[in-house]
Amino acid sequence: MTATSDIAVTVRSLGKSYKIDHLGLAEPPVEAAEGGSRRRWPWQGKGPRQRMSSEIFWALRDVDFEVPRGKVFGVIGRNGAGKSTLLKILSRITEPTTGMAEIRGRVGSLLEVGTGFHPELSGRENIYLNGTLLGMRRRQIDRVFDAIVDFAEVHRFIDTPVKRYSSGMYVRLAFAVAAHLEPDILIIDEVLAVGDIQFQKKCLGKMKDVTGKGRTVLFVSHSLSTVNSLCDTCMLLENGRVTLIGPTDKVTSKYFTSNQQSVGPYLDLSSEPPGDEHCRFFGARLVDRAGITQTFAYLDQEIGIEMSYELLKESSIPIIPNIHFLIGGNYAFVACPASLPTLSLGRHRATVWIPSRLLNEGTYSVNFAATTISPLRIHFHEQDSFAFQVIEDLHDESRNGYLHKMPGAVRPQLVWDFE
Amino acid sequence: MSVTRIQPRRRYSFFEWKEIVEYRDLLYFLALRDIKLRYKQTSLGAVWVILQPLVPAVIFAVLFGNFARLPSNGQPYLLMVFTGLIPWGLFSNSIGRAGTSLVANSGLLSKIYFPRLIIPLASMGSVVVDGLVSLGVLVVLLALFGIGLGWHLLAAPFFLLAAFLMGLGLTLIVASLNVYHRDFGYAVPFALQAWNYLTPIVYSTALIPERWQFLYSLNPTVGLIEGFRWSVLGGVPINVTMMASMMSGLVASLAIGMAVFQRIERGFADIV
Repeated sequence: MTATSDIAVTVRSLGKSYKIDHLGLAEPPVEAAEGGSRRRWPWQGKGPRQRMSSEIFWALRDVDFEVPRGKVFGVIGRNGAGKSTLLKILSRITEPTTGMAEIRGRVGSLLEVGTGFHPELSGRENIYLNGTLLGMRRRQIDRVFDAIVDFAEVHRFIDTPVKRYSSGMYVRLAFAVAAHLEPDILIIDEVLAVGDIQFQKKCLGKMKDVTGKGRTVLFVSHSLSTVNSLCDTCMLLENGRVTLIGPTDKVTSKYFTSNQQSVGPYLDLSSEPPGDEHCRFFGARLVDRAGITQTFAYLDQEIGIEMSYELLKESSIPIIPNIHFLIGGNYAFVACPASLPTLSLGRHRATVWIPSRLLNEGTYSVNFAATTISPLRIHFHEQDSFAFQVIEDLHDESRNGYLHKMPGAVRPQLVWDFE
Repeated sequence: MSVTRIQPRRRYSFFEWKEIVEYRDLLYFLALRDIKLRYKQTSLGAVWVILQPLVPAVIFAVLFGNFARLPSNGQPYLLMVFTGLIPWGLFSNSIGRAGTSLVANSGLLSKIYFPRLIIPLASMGSVVVDGLVSLGVLVVLLALFGIGLGWHLLAAPFFLLAAFLMGLGLTLIVASLNVYHRDFGYAVPFALQAWNYLTPIVYSTALIPERWQFLYSLNPTVGLIEGFRWSVLGGVPINVTMMASMMSGLVASLAIGMAVFQRIERGFADIV
């Protein structure tokens, strides 16, 4: 084996630009006053001329990276950082403007599950159509057909039009086809963000299977925890350029800290509260016991996170507020109340109290959600828009004079016995 | 191991026919989808395929043949119209149905890669199937009218293929331009209607005055219709002008269609 055959994907100074047209009004037409009309076509009117000005926008620029065979390579970045553009180029949906990419092996690309599914066609027909769309041959599909049906758990309905499927069945079938694609290189975008939690777990398991068989995976996701648990190497894109390539934990924490700059311990969404017809989220703040808004949390003090939300509909099933705490992109814990009082319709404030000396110093990012358990329904899930910093006095007794950063997600002060 | 190189393409490059062959199963299933969806939830189903060319043929035969008594070269008027409708259907239905296929399948184009030519080709699949059914109906009609077939029948596939390919060429042009300007989707039915009148489908070329005959024969579809009609019913074979304009129309539409399509296809995903 030569050195190059160990590299599955090579990307060299790849770039993609779009021309954006701005429709603007030009200055009043001077020519008209001078007697000469500059109208190009009779139907173009005589009023102030509309002029198109255009601008070149680079969605992706000077991207270089390599993915070794058998590795899982993650791509992270904010919305609009160029992740999707990169995937579209590598899946050959769109052409690059500059540079080149070389992919060694059969490519399977999944920018969406269930592409080409038609509601009027049966499960069987859709498996064949979707499979061939993904680049499979008919005989290959014949071979894995039973496995697909097994995986999707749709045996009884395989000859029913998929428009009669529940949304869960639909997604399972769609993912099942994709999961049996067996390419050398798999390009995936956010497909795990589908289905219920159980099915997501199954998909994650299948993905791990795939990578275990020496396949190369290029994975784009917003979910830092998924990236953390799946990817060996990661690339951070910012404004179309590569900011960092390296071990996943390093890149995700860099992404995390660069994301922190714009979010703080205060969130006001009252102008446009996210949510559904049952429940809407208005905002959150960091508070102390006196209910005063805080800028920082202190290691040796209780930390209060207050979320305010509105109940809009009378319901017998309780809507449970839950608050998710992450550090470095990884889940630290989820807090939800053990019991709920009966709440009237309207605005409510729920505050969760984190005991002192539980969280470590550092930046925690907080996601807010409200959920109904059965049937499972997420009314809102506000992510990446609230974070707070836990700070401590370096002379705190728990440090015993140690002045560097104490590692870890939590810092409980535990009881020690000595004999 | 297959190596895929991705880089900006040259302005004009050749079609990758090999890829289309690789994706032939997709072509099959997409065409099958279109055919199935066309007649799903109809109670008569395939009967419509038979009625679609037959009903207009009967109407025209009664109107023009029985009432207006237009010339039909001594053949039954119904058969004359029907033999005209088969190649015309191949040609014009392709443009009509497949011309909007890229726009209609924009969801696929922006999410997954496959040779783009598959989409219009698959949409033409249902047109071909309709054509085959019509041929079956023609066989029945020939038997009913007691018309014998001659050696010239051997030329029939050639004219049908020509109709298909000319239709393909124009389909590619219309489908590509439609992505950029939806106006084509609206204009094409009118254009086809006008073209229909300029082609000897519901009437015979003999109706055209002598001094206009040459100009009339420059219409490439005249040769398609008269050629197929002659190969089935016999009578006057097509002349050199008709043949020449048909062949040049065929080559030109295919060449321009391919050039336009492959020039424009790489931008599809950025636009649709």
